Amino acid sequence: MITKRIIPCLDVKDGRVVKGVNFAGLGDVASPVELAEYYSGAGADELVFYDITASAEGRRLFTDILTETARRVFIPLTVGGGINTTADFERVLGCGADKVSVNSGAIKNPSLVREAARLYGDQCVVLSADVKRVDGVFRVFAKGGRENTSMEAVEWIKRCVDMGAGEIVLNSIDTDGVKNGFDLEMLDAVCRAVSVPVIASGGAGSIDHFIELFKTLDGVDAGLAASIFHFGEVKIRDLKESMAKAGIPARL
Amino acid sequence: MIAIIDYGVGNLFSLKSSFAAIGEDAAVISDPDALKDADRLLLPGVGAFEDAAEKLRKSGLDQALLEGVNQGKPLLGICLGMQMLFEKSYEYGEHSGLGLLAGEIRPIRDVIPAHYKIPHIGWNALKFERPDCPLWKYIREGDYVYFVHSYYAVPSGDCLSASAEYGADLTAAVWKDNVFGCQFHPEKSGAVGLSILRAFCEVPV
Repeated sequence: MITKRIIPCLDVKDGRVVKGVNFAGLGDVASPVELAEYYSGAGADELVFYDITASAEGRRLFTDILTETARRVFIPLTVGGGINTTADFERVLGCGADKVSVNSGAIKNPSLVREAARLYGDQCVVLSADVKRVDGVFRVFAKGGRENTSMEAVEWIKRCVDMGAGEIVLNSIDTDGVKNGFDLEMLDAVCRAVSVPVIASGGAGSIDHFIELFKTLDGVDAGLAASIFHFGEVKIRDLKESMAKAGIPARL
Repeated sequence: MIAIIDYGVGNLFSLKSSFAAIGEDAAVISDPDALKDADRLLLPGVGAFEDAAEKLRKSGLDQALLEGVNQGKPLLGICLGMQMLFEKSYEYGEHSGLGLLAGEIRPIRDVIPAHYKIPHIGWNALKFERPDCPLWKYIREGDYVYFVHSYYAVPSGDCLSASAEYGADLTAAVWKDNVFGCQFHPEKSGAVGLSILRAFCEVPV
């Protein structure tokens, strides 16, 4: 039986892991390579690296970190942040990434999803969507959650799946950093609309939130979180054991 | 030396790194002549069957590989590399494979319930069909490995060595004489995956 996946996300800036609360107020956590090794040993099913650097120097540093991580960690690695062209796909795939996550790059140029899926396969293209309720409608936000694109989220996600996105990371801006649980309503809307794996992101504050997520929404394949793992509020080993006890398939 | 066969498909960085992690000497080889120096052969692969099979043929690596297998060198095909060991695939048409194993490649969609998602992505447990397969030397039945695929192998001989349950029993691994294949990615399957690669390196030549 296929297991529900637990995915720590590492936001990397200038060679260090950071995590913002509601995308603001960044604080330093640890070395990305060491953290990745730690998580792999602790039972993480996959890792996501987001490059939130803007400078060329930071980008080169990120590529080095990625290479070193892929040399030492043998679980799937997804890379996102600053992916605007297929050349960006090439760059991170060449450093050992298995999947590439697109967000603002796909909003600017939706054909990037189709082009990348054709070149590297659907399984390689992850659509990451930052979504927020605006007057009761799910809207897609760009630029790290700062800019309302006014696109309706479920329509946008369906369109990207049709173009070849093989997986969806749905990040609810409404619940992100609040630690009150995942955005079940938003996730349900997306799960009903697409037939590719959906990864829930934003809002996890405790083990119970993951249990609630997987018990409530059968269509969710994975739960992603950052700070609660980085600061040890939730230990992946404990989380996996609790999932198994609750009857949720988990890799122990 | 283990030759990781490079015919221009996919990224071999993780595979090379995983052999380095278990202290094995692996080289990425794209020259058919250089395959002669290898003791073991590794056939990777991602993407579409037709494109990969064509690239393998054009490179001349297919003949060098078959020659190596005939000399008794252990061969391990991974993911699409495993699928290419079979006679043919029905992925977007009908395409010939290497024919080292009897059987064909078919869409998973045909055999699983409609609510199961395609691709089959994630960690799934191995069910041993052949507990005596040398690749299982250091792991146990029920251990988890990482899959990403939309097509699966339907062997017509008796080469099935492990399966994984995903609404149906899907071929997870195959074995016949010195020819081995894994549908999953050992190089992405953590400690279990590295143990499988180590066992492959210990298969007698």
